[in-house]
Amino acid sequence: MIFTGKGFRFGDNVDTDQILPSQYLVLPSIKEMSKHAMEPLLKDFSDKFKSGDILVADHNFGCGSSREQAPAVLKELGVQVIIAKDFARIFFRNCINIGILLIELKEADDFQDGDVISIDTVKSIIINKNKTYTFTPLSNFLKNIISKGGLVNYFSAKK
Amino acid sequence: MNLTEKIIAKHANRDNVKPGEIVEVSIDWCMANDATISLNIDIFKNEFGFTNVWDSEKIIFINDHQIPADSVNTAAVHQKTREFCKNQGIQCHESDGVCHQLMFEKYVKPGELVVAADSHTCSYGCVGAVSTGMGSTDIAAVMGTGKTWLKVPETIKIDLNGILQKGVFAKDVILKIIKDLSASGATYKTVEFSGEVTSRFSISERFTMCNMVIEAGGKSAMVAPDEKVVSMFQNKNIDWDFLTTDSNAAYSQTITYNLSDLTPQVACPHFVDNVKDIKKVEGIKIDQAFLGSCTNGRFDDLTIGANLLKGKKVASDVRLLVTPASVDIYREALNQGIINIFLEAGAMINHPGCSTCWGACQGVLTKGQTMISSANRNFKGRAGSPESDIYLASPATVIASAIVGKITDPRKFLEDIK
Ligand code: SF4
Repeated sequence: MIFTGKGFRFGDNVDTDQILPSQYLVLPSIKEMSKHAMEPLLKDFSDKFKSGDILVADHNFGCGSSREQAPAVLKELGVQVIIAKDFARIFFRNCINIGILLIELKEADDFQDGDVISIDTVKSIIINKNKTYTFTPLSNFLKNIISKGGLVNYFSAKK
Repeated sequence: MNLTEKIIAKHANRDNVKPGEIVEVSIDWCMANDATISLNIDIFKNEFGFTNVWDSEKIIFINDHQIPADSVNTAAVHQKTREFCKNQGIQCHESDGVCHQLMFEKYVKPGELVVAADSHTCSYGCVGAVSTGMGSTDIAAVMGTGKTWLKVPETIKIDLNGILQKGVFAKDVILKIIKDLSASGATYKTVEFSGEVTSRFSISERFTMCNMVIEAGGKSAMVAPDEKVVSMFQNKNIDWDFLTTDSNAAYSQTITYNLSDLTPQVACPHFVDNVKDIKKVEGIKIDQAFLGSCTNGRFDDLTIGANLLKGKKVASDVRLLVTPASVDIYREALNQGIINIFLEAGAMINHPGCSTCWGACQGVLTKGQTMISSANRNFKGRAGSPESDIYLASPATVIASAIVGKITDPRKFLEDIK
């Protein structure tokens, strides 16, 4: 599969309180919550981000709480892929479960805000500014969950 | 195998497991709270299509994050929780305290495997249980089946030696460790605490240590049960011989500390690993001080605070908020006269719950305000405006700072530290 989109660049330790601040967790739907995604870091992120654009960050993306509303609001806004140097564990698991692809890439420093990034998941490569980067694909177990479209479908297939 | 591996192997019905392996495990307890319950219920019903939970006695729902309801939306979440619990026959705690404190007081036993929809689930390592936080889809699957998959974590052993100075507490030790490991230094791993300092720590202090392992990215935490844990569970039927680490157990890393020179530590805005010695931050003016949370809202924490505060007043331009972590703690503090000391000093007492630890209900901060807190996170906007600052410290440092109105070394009041 090929993903192409504009890069939105964030730094280290983007925690779940930045992705979705606590006070919005009781809003009645993910759609309403999604208007506040990334609000403390980038006001109007939900307007600026266009479905298919790509988040890029440094270390420990998604650290903090277990709230699945965090990846869910990103998915609602059209986030399909996140590239970071590494991810926090619970966030990583939540993304797999809801079907967001996470790519760990040491060279994330080369990526800037506004770069047009292209990802080929079959070849496990990323192309940005005419440079090609190779990433390690997920383990088969996790790939299997994502390929089924997340944990819910993986589960139904097992039943 | 080390103790974490043994417990995972047992729940996977295997003789042994190795770090990196993915195994299917059965779960002893599954807990969720009002921060995510609504989403868990939706996924359970609408996405998985489950109608009944796997075992209504093994699932615990706790309204603690936003109690009493502070908005119409919150009230709707709480109502949805109550109805679901009633229909499924699940225990719903409504006003009894912070979820992790209640799981610790009422449910979790040594050797169990626990998952919950909350990142600080790693706390139960303090009684020798393997416990970890998960998101709503994972939790909904456990609610329906009692099972989940786990990757067996590598284990970092942290050996704590020396003698803590008066005025230095478990909270200072764990802040120092998080500084050294960094916010992601234990990602995917478990942390096992050992050494003479760990042995001397009370179970409550071990709770504080295990609770904050997630702030270094850890999956779970562990303190091998000793006689203190045995006496806490003396009436329960527990296989203590099983609950030991094999002498040839493997660790991915061993870190040794001598803590005799450690001074009080403070985590500065906006990252938990941005930890400094107290002398580097002393004198910073505060608007609010918070004593509470699952990290440091227990009876011993309130006692330390009350001893410091007795006969003194909270600085005139500071609000001190005190929130016992559970109703049992609250009652004991009332009976022992501790609550009265706080009231006399000018503190506000809140009903047990998450309270000011997270920025959704009580004691939120506006732009430009600064709080010192005994909780576990100081993320940007964690307790209100993204333009406010949170410093994390021990209960003693929080109370000393509330008295002076500025961040203060609690050793300034050394004679009041019992
Ligand atoms: S007290 Fe704070 S850290 Fe503990 S469960 Fe509540 S919100 Fe989470």
